[in-house]
Amino acid sequence: MSTKTIVHTTINGDPVEFLCEPRQSLLEVLRETLLLTGTKEGCNNGNCGACNVIMDGVLVNSCLVLGVEAEDATITTIEGLASPDGLHPLQQTFLEHAALQCGICTPGFLLSAKALLDRNPDPTETEVRYWLAGNLCRCTGYDKIVRAVLDAADRRDRVTR
Amino acid sequence: MAMKENGHKNGYRVIGTRPIRPDGVDKVTGRAVFGADLHLPGLLYGKVLRSPHAHARILSIDTSAAEALPGVKAVITAADLPQVADKVKSLGESVGNLRYMSENTLAREKALYHGHPIAAVAAENIHVAEEAVNLIEVEYEPLPVVLDGREAMQPGAPILIQGLRTDELGKLGSEPTNVAAHIQHKRGDVEAGFAEADVIIEREFRTETVHQGYIEPQNGVALWNDDGHIHIWCSTQGAFAVRSQISDLLRAPISQVTVTPLEIGGAFGGKINVYLEPLAALLSRKAGHRPVKMTMTRAEVLKASGPTSGSWIRVRMGAKKDGRITAAQAELVYEAGGFPGSPVGAGAGVILAPYRLDNLQIDGYDVLVNRPKASAYRAPGGTNAAYAAEAVADELAEALGMDPIDFRLINAVKEGDRRADGPMLPRIGYIETLQAIKNHPHYRQPLEGPHRGRGVAVGFWFNWGGKSSVSASVNEDGTVNLVEGSTDIGGSRASIAMQLAETLGIAAEDVHPQVVGTDLVGYNDVTGGSRTTYGTGYAVHALGVKLNEIMRELAADLWDVDVEEVRVEGGVFSAGDRSITFKELVAQGSDTPITASAATHPKDAGPAFAVHCVDVEVDPETGKVTILRYTAAQDVGTAIHPSYVEGQIQGAVAQGVGWGLNEEYIYDEEGHLLNASLLDYRMPTAPDLPMIDAVLVEEAPTPGHPFGVRGVGEVSIIPPPAALANAIHRATGVRMTALPMSPSRVMKAMIEH
Ligand code: FES
Ligand code: FES
Repeated sequence: MSTKTIVHTTINGDPVEFLCEPRQSLLEVLRETLLLTGTKEGCNNGNCGACNVIMDGVLVNSCLVLGVEAEDATITTIEGLASPDGLHPLQQTFLEHAALQCGICTPGFLLSAKALLDRNPDPTETEVRYWLAGNLCRCTGYDKIVRAVLDAADRRDRVTR
Repeated sequence: MAMKENGHKNGYRVIGTRPIRPDGVDKVTGRAVFGADLHLPGLLYGKVLRSPHAHARILSIDTSAAEALPGVKAVITAADLPQVADKVKSLGESVGNLRYMSENTLAREKALYHGHPIAAVAAENIHVAEEAVNLIEVEYEPLPVVLDGREAMQPGAPILIQGLRTDELGKLGSEPTNVAAHIQHKRGDVEAGFAEADVIIEREFRTETVHQGYIEPQNGVALWNDDGHIHIWCSTQGAFAVRSQISDLLRAPISQVTVTPLEIGGAFGGKINVYLEPLAALLSRKAGHRPVKMTMTRAEVLKASGPTSGSWIRVRMGAKKDGRITAAQAELVYEAGGFPGSPVGAGAGVILAPYRLDNLQIDGYDVLVNRPKASAYRAPGGTNAAYAAEAVADELAEALGMDPIDFRLINAVKEGDRRADGPMLPRIGYIETLQAIKNHPHYRQPLEGPHRGRGVAVGFWFNWGGKSSVSASVNEDGTVNLVEGSTDIGGSRASIAMQLAETLGIAAEDVHPQVVGTDLVGYNDVTGGSRTTYGTGYAVHALGVKLNEIMRELAADLWDVDVEEVRVEGGVFSAGDRSITFKELVAQGSDTPITASAATHPKDAGPAFAVHCVDVEVDPETGKVTILRYTAAQDVGTAIHPSYVEGQIQGAVAQGVGWGLNEEYIYDEEGHLLNASLLDYRMPTAPDLPMIDAVLVEEAPTPGHPFGVRGVGEVSIIPPPAALANAIHRATGVRMTALPMSPSRVMKAMIEH
């Protein structure tokens, strides 16, 4: 049995400490130890994007990050996307555009799209599609997801201008 | 995307609008609890040991080292699974033999495919369970492997199941075989029909095994309680289907099984059969009645949950110069996997369905091969069948010098025509759907540029009504709590709640739907066969009518008039010059709580048709096919929530495109699956697709349904591979006769051309 390490992080704005074995992924820690089950597992090897979170400002597949690698990291998961004032614009446009069917891919898409808009507030359709290439959705054919992301960008544009 | 608001068409107030789905906020905030998200006190984690061989006799299994590993709580093999007798079991979208289902759950004497479950372990955590699985020692005697359906039909092919005999048009054969069944549809005189034809086209096609590809792997938690009661929590298309499988496979009375469906991350037909749930239940009992959670890895999903059949198909069609088809013939060989039950029956029903035919013959074969047992996949068996027929129809139209849509219009089936498999067609909107593409700006605008081509193809799907039970209670504020048992995979809470709201004349937001388990609602068939918005919608309409009756009585009491005098329309109750709304009437108070329930089983779900048009560009250097534009028209009856109807069409197109261009199971000669990951099993990503224009044809509301709903979930997966093949032909001059039409295959065909 492997010994456990104590890891200190900030998750969704709160200080969080957890114990984990070296072999546990950040995804497993989030879901099984911290019960933050909004982050989903679709493949556990970096191919689907369902587990995406933002770690120190960078979009990562949490299944490819070890729990122990998160020492001192600041992490945003789907549970931290909305604010006390309400849903994030992306959450709102995903709902309005019916950009989810089963919804299992949705947390990963929302975090990927947030990471995109944080660095490129006004992406083209092609930029959105290529940025989201690491997120698989089997239900929607991506049409409504792409529209929802473009619409959220438009709305943020209007707010900042 | 058709954004037209048709809410007020036909006088509807709610139907045709686009409210936010009731479960939406939970699904964009990560709060929704999917199957793998459940945590219970004392939870153990289970893991399956799977066969490394595609075909092998199991000589011995030694579990002692696994059992001795600290943290291991239980180990099971087929010896722990009750023996069950042969019994035919219908699960809605598929029919299976119970004994085979049991042997697919845990192999008894033989492993029949790479990944076939051999044993399972429950332990304190998943890592210990994995270690323990590796400590189980199994002695195998590898056997010769057969992977191809037509090879498996040959004399001398390795036999998978010794006791299997061919069901030859209803009569059992006498020799051991891999051919589980031969079915046939026949009408008129095909040879006479072909003799009349001016042009005859005949082609053979090969399609590969493909997977549903839902993003959420199979999962389940089971608690076999000390009192013998089994509780299962899982993501499934049908809690009642899980209950009946658990009851049969574990020989537990149905009253001792409770199934609670959790949110489900995609299914497409693949989450009807149980895989893990019976194992988790057996492990729970053996581990001292602790709950056991099992989830599949992605590799396990691809190796050992049911994909859909690879196939070999031959189609022959003949027509006169004026375009009328005089005869058509098809032969379909579908690979069932290790156990009988490919969707060849449905494929045989789909393959020639869009055409009026006086002379036809269709022969279908269900054949065992050393691949995982096929399960349903969106319009099961339809896509590969239509790929063959639509490519031949396209070639025939071309040979006759006709526009491919006009060719289909001349031969289109309509109300009153008989399908190849027997039933008479009711009012359908197929011709209107063909016209919708013919008149669409996409089709009217010529496609220009080198290496480019446009293809069209059509598809038919049966659709299904099924059984549904629902209940409702009216709250003091005039809102309604709706209890249903239909798993919501793509927004059906919204489409069901909207139909109740329409019936009651209240706002969609005032109906609060909840999907519950087997102890809390009457029987419901699975969410499958495009049935839920149709069949459960039918049930909530009946429920709304009952609630309205209660409300009329309330109004009659209030006004002290005869109940017959109270009329209701659009949520307003009136008698003479008095009137009152649903909400106002509730606010008046009722002596007795207002509740009702309904159970229905509509039998005449109208079939669905789709007509697709695609423009492609083929890279002459690499063979890569790029989709420039895609338009999918579909006969949808009445669109309840148009956004989710469009979504069904767009998602189906994307799956059909994946099937057509990239997806395939790749095996080595010994039957090992070589591409069991989502990197190597190549499904479409966002940059692979353009926007998909979904055209909702609402000219033909389904007769017999209160709102004319037609199932929309499946049919649009059928045309894409054929439409793409026809487009590739226009772009390159090459007729692709094998799926997927991946760059290497297209390149090879172009070089040979
Ligand atoms: S679960 Fe991490 S990328 Fe799929
Ligand atoms: S909505 Fe189901 S996978 Fe994207």
